[in-house]
Amino acid sequence: MSKKPKKLIDKKGRRLDSRKPNELRNIRIEVGILSNADGSAYIEQGKNKILAGVFGPKEMHPKHLSRPDRMVLRCRYHMAPFSVEERKSPAPSRREIELSKVIGEALEPSVFVEYYPRTGVDVFIEVLQADGGTRCASITAASLALADAGIPMRDLVVSCAAGKVDDTVVLDLMDTEDKLGAADVPVAVMPNSNAVTLLQMDGNLAPEEFEKAVNLAMEGCKRIYDLQKEALRTKYMAAKQEEEVKE
Amino acid sequence: MSSVITRVRRKQIKQLIEEGKRLDGRGLGDYREIKIEQGVIEKAEGSARVLLGKTEVLVGVKVETGSPFPDTPNDGVLTVNAEFVPLASPSFEPGPPNENSIELARVVDRGIRESKAIDTEKLCIEPGKKVFIVFVDIYVLNHEGNLIDASALAAVAALLNTKMSNYEIEDGEVKIKQGYTPLPMKNHPITVTLGKIDNKLIVDPWLEEEQVMDSRLSMALNDEGNICAVQKGSGGYFTQQQILEGMKVVQEKVAELRKKLKW
Repeated sequence: MSKKPKKLIDKKGRRLDSRKPNELRNIRIEVGILSNADGSAYIEQGKNKILAGVFGPKEMHPKHLSRPDRMVLRCRYHMAPFSVEERKSPAPSRREIELSKVIGEALEPSVFVEYYPRTGVDVFIEVLQADGGTRCASITAASLALADAGIPMRDLVVSCAAGKVDDTVVLDLMDTEDKLGAADVPVAVMPNSNAVTLLQMDGNLAPEEFEKAVNLAMEGCKRIYDLQKEALRTKYMAAKQEEEVKE
Repeated sequence: MSSVITRVRRKQIKQLIEEGKRLDGRGLGDYREIKIEQGVIEKAEGSARVLLGKTEVLVGVKVETGSPFPDTPNDGVLTVNAEFVPLASPSFEPGPPNENSIELARVVDRGIRESKAIDTEKLCIEPGKKVFIVFVDIYVLNHEGNLIDASALAAVAALLNTKMSNYEIEDGEVKIKQGYTPLPMKNHPITVTLGKIDNKLIVDPWLEEEQVMDSRLSMALNDEGNICAVQKGSGGYFTQQQILEGMKVVQEKVAELRKKLKW
């Protein structure tokens, strides 16, 4: 790590990248960018650059993991060795294994798994560059990739973190804020039913602050949700226009 | 960790919970009986065995010297690992840690780390070069549900039981002296896990309830009553209201446990 900035929020209430406490980073989302995957999405959130690809529903391998009454959703979250300051070993770390689990669990409630018994669907997430809040951006992208694969879903899952830096509750923490701040609260939600499918937290928050952070993260999720829907629409509007030109 | 549960059983558990009752006679907000025994492994620097109903977890603490992390040169190191011993459950298989045991270890780790339970600065021998490393190894001996709470309790109990040999430094080498000092502890996080079954929250789900429940929520609170770790797990979802409701339940249960354990 380079030198530590003393203040994460200046006198005017601006953060290190001059954002306001309740401001999101710039977000760019694209849907359907991989030709071999059944569904895919790419997200840039600040300096985060993350690819998500979905394969399936297809026959489950190994077979003994298949379930007679539903589809099994498997998720692999992985960081590229060059995605962080110091080279990360490409072997999955304990953190990546835990995140794969919680991301899969965050996505699964949105999918009608009972429609495809005995099958499996694989969600692969590759973090190409990481700058804090990768699990959240991964969920936002992976949910779009699932939708892009044409898998029936109740809703999109959208995710965003809130946290506490310098005694202020802020939205969408970047890496430095995450590392030096007092707490990080990632939240994932299906906005239509207000169902929280991922909730984690580390740090130190009074109960009132925790409540405030969850509320702020939910608000951030709703804003990203609009971008998510827009990205999905953009892909399919383009496809529709192409069809019309052909005709 | 999926074992089979019959539909009748599933229905029975759900029906009872709807009526505010549970299969083992507990109320929705009741813990199973908790028994803690410290110092059960003499060769470990610290140890504790926790019985939570029939769930049994043994934690051993070993302390060794090693190098600190480059970004925290003045702090000792905490390492938490969990083993799902195959004799504890038919669903556990021998082999390297899987995602479930890694999640368990990391949730327990977060509670201890984020509450700053161990005074890691006091574990520094030579800044940037040599520090004490505290290995917390969680050994699940019998799995009857709610491994998170049992393991978190056992881990803190074992740390409180940990005695480090006195030492002095001679030519940059650590020499063991006579006598022991307790591991410097600053905080005592307590983790409470809730299960959600048909929109009802239950405290301390046991194995069969775990197989039926839609979702799980664990929260660790420190001495000051602040939240220091949260983990939602095992699929499903919570509404915003349920999270806040759950937080209140956890606060009550932690206060109750603190009184009982005198932590």
